[in-house]
Amino acid sequence: MSTTLLVVQTLNGLQLGVLLFLIAAGLTLVFGVMDFINLAHGVQYMLGAYLAVTFFALTGSFLAALILALAAALLCGLLLEFLVFRHLYGRDHLDHVIATFGIILFINHGVKIVWGAAPLSLPIPDLFSGSVQLADGLLYPVWRLVTIGSGLAVAALLYVLVSHTRIGMLVRAGATNAAMVSALGVDIRRLFLIVFGFGAMLAGFAGIMIAPILSVDPGMGDTILILAFVVIVIGGIGSIRGAFLAALLIGLVDTLGRSFSVDILRLVMGPSPARTVGPALASMLIYLLMAVVLYVRPSGLFPAKGR
Amino acid sequence: MPPALSLATSPTPTRRRLEVLPIGIFLAFAVLPAAAPLAGGEHLLSLGSRVMIFAIAAVALDLLVGYGALISFGHAAFIGLGAYAVGILAAHGIGDALVSLPVALAVAALYAFLTGIVCLRTKGVYFIMITLAFGQMAFFTASSLAPYGGDDGLTIAARSTFAGFPLLKNERAFYYVVFVALLGTYLFCRALVGSRFGRVLRGAKENPVRMAAMGFDVYRFQLATYVIAGTLGGLSGFLLANASEFVSPAYMSWQRSGELIVMVLLGGLGSLNGAIIGTAAYLLTEEWLSGFTEDWKVIFGPVLVLVVLFARGGLIGVTAELWRRLGRD
Repeated sequence: MSTTLLVVQTLNGLQLGVLLFLIAAGLTLVFGVMDFINLAHGVQYMLGAYLAVTFFALTGSFLAALILALAAALLCGLLLEFLVFRHLYGRDHLDHVIATFGIILFINHGVKIVWGAAPLSLPIPDLFSGSVQLADGLLYPVWRLVTIGSGLAVAALLYVLVSHTRIGMLVRAGATNAAMVSALGVDIRRLFLIVFGFGAMLAGFAGIMIAPILSVDPGMGDTILILAFVVIVIGGIGSIRGAFLAALLIGLVDTLGRSFSVDILRLVMGPSPARTVGPALASMLIYLLMAVVLYVRPSGLFPAKGR
Repeated sequence: MPPALSLATSPTPTRRRLEVLPIGIFLAFAVLPAAAPLAGGEHLLSLGSRVMIFAIAAVALDLLVGYGALISFGHAAFIGLGAYAVGILAAHGIGDALVSLPVALAVAALYAFLTGIVCLRTKGVYFIMITLAFGQMAFFTASSLAPYGGDDGLTIAARSTFAGFPLLKNERAFYYVVFVALLGTYLFCRALVGSRFGRVLRGAKENPVRMAAMGFDVYRFQLATYVIAGTLGGLSGFLLANASEFVSPAYMSWQRSGELIVMVLLGGLGSLNGAIIGTAAYLLTEEWLSGFTEDWKVIFGPVLVLVVLFARGGLIGVTAELWRRLGRD
């Protein structure tokens, strides 16, 4: 267990955490403000990645692909809101689960038809390719650092937006008591639309940034969706701050757990059982963490409203 | 004994008419093997078994969701646990149902009890998510069972025997064993929701605070229901492992849990019949659509959305509504 490996894995964990935050932020806002469970949020992340691949193939420029894909992701989000979601606000949570489950089925397979089932990839932009030396014998890919940096920048931007602007104030108020905000004369439908579109765009952004690191395939949204839900539940539904801290926590616990579980288990058991138990324990670690957090605090760490 | 619990006991005409429905369902299942030689043959039988096996799990889930308002997003884990009990025992040469069936049920019940203690502390969405988390834990545990196939799953050499007698080997006999299991599950759940226990559960769904004020320990009733539903999931898993002679972690994936919720909702919540009809509708639509296009999910997804948007109350609700309108004109 060398220090270099520890630093690299910590950075990787940070990168996963930042990515999870981008997705969880939209999810937790949609959930907190509209009381809407959007299982299709992971699909928007996947669409971001696919759209970026397509636009990159068309334009040949990563920046152009980024901007076009962001716009297209926003459009997809608004379209879904307009066609389906706005008819479901105020309905039972079960209805949300089923309808968005149907959307997942549709888009996951639609993507397979349009782009094929084989994984696609997006090249890292030339400017950020290669690695940078952080310390002696410690090389780290520049693109991953860019991902961490841009994720943190978005988090900072979101913080400013939510806590220092009028629209952010309305969002916070909506997360606490949407009916009261509406009664005070705010056009709550428009607020919902804005929050939804913004959330979809953030998820799309996460998809674009991760596309050069992971392969782009039709199932990519499902895995990340479950992780994002773990994040918002641990963080407390509706809380951006909770989502941020929980995302970093989950990112670090998951990555470090996967890297070091076997080594740590070897301290208490033989090498062969450690090799069997280690990976299993590593994949459940975050769910275990979630169960413990919810056992101790049934509404997450930073609940936005007192329910 | 609090007095206000005899609300839903007076038999109304609608109640009696709906009795036709379960009798019709089970009659249809009972005569299906007779129709098998005419169309489909063996395939029709195994499809029928499959529908009934999932219907057992769906009825159990309806007990939780429809009567207890406990939306479990990890119900597939119990099916998986039951199936793995059969698979692992068979891998060690124990292929008799007299051992594997009790083990399957006990494992599922124990898991439901241990996770239920934690899950039921939470409410609403948190409950959905924590049951999902425990489902995922079971999924990853199964994926990491390297001696038993890991991700690839585990093939079972032969179907379970009953006291050494290979009862399940014959497809038709297997079908009727599953039929009896579903009928038993249905009658048991019906008796349960009609009993005092069921009324407490429904009361807790409407207003848990009030039930608690009336002196009922809501938590214990819900935990008991969770364990019952989990055990029935284990029964479904036992049968599923025997039906496919194969177990895999995919049985416990969260998508499978989602499908189970869809099945219950498609038929109509809180009627038990609805769960069976919904399961049949889901699996038959899947079978039918996948018959002529590989991309059946592209059609099925929007259908689900439309069902949620326009067909409130599921198939049963829509039929009852149509019935009512026709009767009025």
